Amino acid sequence: MSDKPKFAMYWAASCGGCEIAVLNTHEKILDVDAIFDVVFWPVAVDTKYKDVEAMEDGSILLTLWNGGIRNDENEHIAHLLRRKSKILVAFGSCATEGCIPGLANLSPVDEIVSTAFNTLTTDNPQGIYPQTSYNAPEGVLTIPTLYPVLRTLAQVVDVDYFMPGCPPESHQIAAVIDLVVQVLQGKAELPPKGSYIGAGNSTVCDECKRTRNQKTITAFKRIQEVAPVDPTLCILEQGVPCNGPATRSGCNARCPAAGAQCIGCYGPAEGVIDYGARLITAFASVVDAREPAEIEAILDGIPDPVGQFYRFNLADSLLRANVGAWKKNGH
Amino acid sequence: MTQRVTIDPITRLEGHGKIEIFLDDKGEVANSYFQIPELRGFERFCVGRPVEEMALLTNRICGVCPEAHHMAGAKAADAVYHVDPPRTAKMLRELLYSAFYATDHTTHFYALAGPDFIVGPDAPVAERNILGVIHKVGLEIGGKVIQMRKYGHTVVEMIGGRKVHPATSIPGGITKILSEEERVQIEEMGRWAIDFALFTIQAFKDIVLANKTYLDLIVGDVYNHKTYYMGLVDANNKVNFYDGKVRVVDPEGKEFCKYEPKDYMQHIAEHVEPWTYLKFPYLKNVGWKGFVDGKDSGVYMATPLSRLNASDGMATPKAQAAYDEMYSTLGGKPVHQRLAIHWARLVELLYASERWVELATDPEITSPNVHTKPTETPTEGVGIVEAPRGTLTHHYWTDERGVVTKVNLIVGTTNNYAPIQMSTNKAARNLIHGGKVNEGLLNMVEMAFRAYDPCFGCATHSLPGQMPLEVTIRNKHGEVVEVVKQFVD
Amino acid sequence: MSEQFEPVIVGFTCNWCSYRAADAAGTARVKYAPNIRLIRLMCSGRLDPSFVMKALAGGADGVLITGCHPGDCHYVEQNYKALRRFLLLRRTLMGFGMEPERIKLIWASAAEGVRLAHEIDSFVEEIRKLGPLNWPKWNGNGQIAEKQPIMEVTA
Repeated sequence: MSDKPKFAMYWAASCGGCEIAVLNTHEKILDVDAIFDVVFWPVAVDTKYKDVEAMEDGSILLTLWNGGIRNDENEHIAHLLRRKSKILVAFGSCATEGCIPGLANLSPVDEIVSTAFNTLTTDNPQGIYPQTSYNAPEGVLTIPTLYPVLRTLAQVVDVDYFMPGCPPESHQIAAVIDLVVQVLQGKAELPPKGSYIGAGNSTVCDECKRTRNQKTITAFKRIQEVAPVDPTLCILEQGVPCNGPATRSGCNARCPAAGAQCIGCYGPAEGVIDYGARLITAFASVVDAREPAEIEAILDGIPDPVGQFYRFNLADSLLRANVGAWKKNGH
Repeated sequence: MTQRVTIDPITRLEGHGKIEIFLDDKGEVANSYFQIPELRGFERFCVGRPVEEMALLTNRICGVCPEAHHMAGAKAADAVYHVDPPRTAKMLRELLYSAFYATDHTTHFYALAGPDFIVGPDAPVAERNILGVIHKVGLEIGGKVIQMRKYGHTVVEMIGGRKVHPATSIPGGITKILSEEERVQIEEMGRWAIDFALFTIQAFKDIVLANKTYLDLIVGDVYNHKTYYMGLVDANNKVNFYDGKVRVVDPEGKEFCKYEPKDYMQHIAEHVEPWTYLKFPYLKNVGWKGFVDGKDSGVYMATPLSRLNASDGMATPKAQAAYDEMYSTLGGKPVHQRLAIHWARLVELLYASERWVELATDPEITSPNVHTKPTETPTEGVGIVEAPRGTLTHHYWTDERGVVTKVNLIVGTTNNYAPIQMSTNKAARNLIHGGKVNEGLLNMVEMAFRAYDPCFGCATHSLPGQMPLEVTIRNKHGEVVEVVKQFVD
Repeated sequence: MSEQFEPVIVGFTCNWCSYRAADAAGTARVKYAPNIRLIRLMCSGRLDPSFVMKALAGGADGVLITGCHPGDCHYVEQNYKALRRFLLLRRTLMGFGMEPERIKLIWASAAEGVRLAHEIDSFVEEIRKLGPLNWPKWNGNGQIAEKQPIMEVTA
């Protein structure tokens, strides 16, 4: 067996974008292959869970985990990889804050399933739903159990580092790979445990090249009402809700550069306790009205506040989920 | 006495999958089940979101082909608002999409399919990966593959804002205006892509088709299923990835139906089984007859091969020549051999590259007229594109503010779930006899589902040069009868 | 005999008006419901929405916010900010499935001790009618734990 330090990358409730982002480091992926022994990476390597179980505890030097904890298989593997890994990184928005699949926390899980199995085109007159254990004529078939609420990796196991972004931008991943190489060569130190890596310490606004003035919003607008936006001016100032003010920097504000508002995929900026609360504060501060009726009329321009303010961050927010998500499940 | 063979996990599939194979008393395959063990719930949690966000939210269904969801979502939102984007906006979207297609098909062919063909299904397992491919075709080619991925994602980033999860399509058009400087770069990269596509087709011919063993595999029976075939076609019935009508041909190649996106629900229904979280689409007007082939079964396939089968040709000259060559080699239309999907994918790679240049050289591609403001009250709309892995349907209903009230999605690979189930079943039945499982099974069953490029086409197959897979056979008491391994210590 | 539900209310009170009003009520021996735990802010504009969310997630059944009358803010205009934040926060909480009546914003001056006491009492009754919120507690593994007692805060 090789002496190279061991590397693993695993996906739970995710989309594969983090894997693509890693591959978009292009030639750098060959560096990973040269330096590490890739022992577990379901997208690329056919190692089984049993092989991971057989590894010594702590024998995997670095594990990048992307995806949220949606079902019992995800949780089981999270505990397994935590035991087997020295350094466990919550990689990408799903693992760090729940990301888009976290929006499922706005509904009871049985509604998630029943919606999928009762769509317009679904032919299901007997009302069949997936069963976690099913007696097929030949034997028992099992599929994982969905949990009532989607959780982040850190809500389930101890996490060493967090790398935000949906997905993390490739230039940031390349920078982190370089840092790891330096650490392995003794030329650099690991950052303190619990740090956010591969991202900045400020907000997207700091990286955005648009001009910002005093904001006095008299109406919130939908992007299709305003497009194309003035290319030089702050998008929020033009009335389109842009989450830049509370979102962590590190992405180079690419979306505003292309004429689209920031939707917040890099998660909360440094020091923010609740991402949505920070955005509520920011947006409320720039609303230019004093009378309740006027204010409400302006706020009507944001038809979906919980989605606007918690799009990527719901599972990690102070409230975490809609009250119905657990009440209906016996709690 | 029922024996059970479990292949778990399936790798190189978006999310997770596993195959359970049951043997009868004689050790022949009684049945097999290809299970999908996950569900995230997009059709539920997208309800309540403003419809212009759908092109951004549905990106996250798949990070390998977010461009497909982005386009389907954008078109569905256009339909919801009853707005027609300006020509430049549609061209920019299709340009992004063509460059993405070229990249995606490249990645799949070299890194996923390549090892089975370029190196060969009988080659040592240690060589059956991207590194083995590079050994065979040369380091220079490996560099070109990386270059192609770089170029494709650069175009996606230029027009979509980011490499993964593009952000610029909105109801009525796009937020991005292309500069001449950008256009020049895109054109240059596109011309390179055409050369690369031609090279790749030649490599396929030299290495795969010239080799009798591989050719036999492709035209043989193990992976042969006679089903219906589906794909988007333009007004001339030529393949188009971005827009058009959905055309379905029967197992003999005759047109069965052709419908506009808004009518999809009259043609497609989804069957449910309790042992998996994914549903099985089928042709409603033929009916669900089970996991079987043939004209009487509503099972259909939606892949590059399906698109070529369902069309009358390719809209660009070089791709048309490649299309003609493929069909004349394989004995006419339609082609049923699943491994031929890999060839069809290369024909599409060439078309995508030619289309890339066509759009990049259109005089209106840099026009600032990229958005038509929606004026009508939003209601309901359907957007259909061809994802690399199959026809992708997004259907949204909204209230009068354009907030989503209902969603129906039929996603690329989902179209092929029944065929995948059937293909792995057939492979298992053909290879497992008398209760004996051999190495061949492990690879051949993988090849059965890999041909469909199940959602996650991006893999370097196996960086350390291994493909560890373990098959455990237990008797009915749960005792291990035999364990067959490869590269598992 | 069933126990009556006693709502737990957290009150964020502005130092210059309502906090003093609460004091005034106390001095005048005007009773108000003990369900409310008062937290003093220097200004209603200091209220961050996360305070409200933390209170509700932490066991409060309702949150009362009080500030100076519009035009009377000690720091000139910050109560308007509080109003805007409150309105946007309330809409957002509805997205979490919470009844909008669980949070309330009241203007009161330092002289309105009696009125403030009434407002507190009636808010407690409104919340009593709505019932307990029972926002889940999370244990170390991220699983829902049993409802735990909330921290006691002395005014």
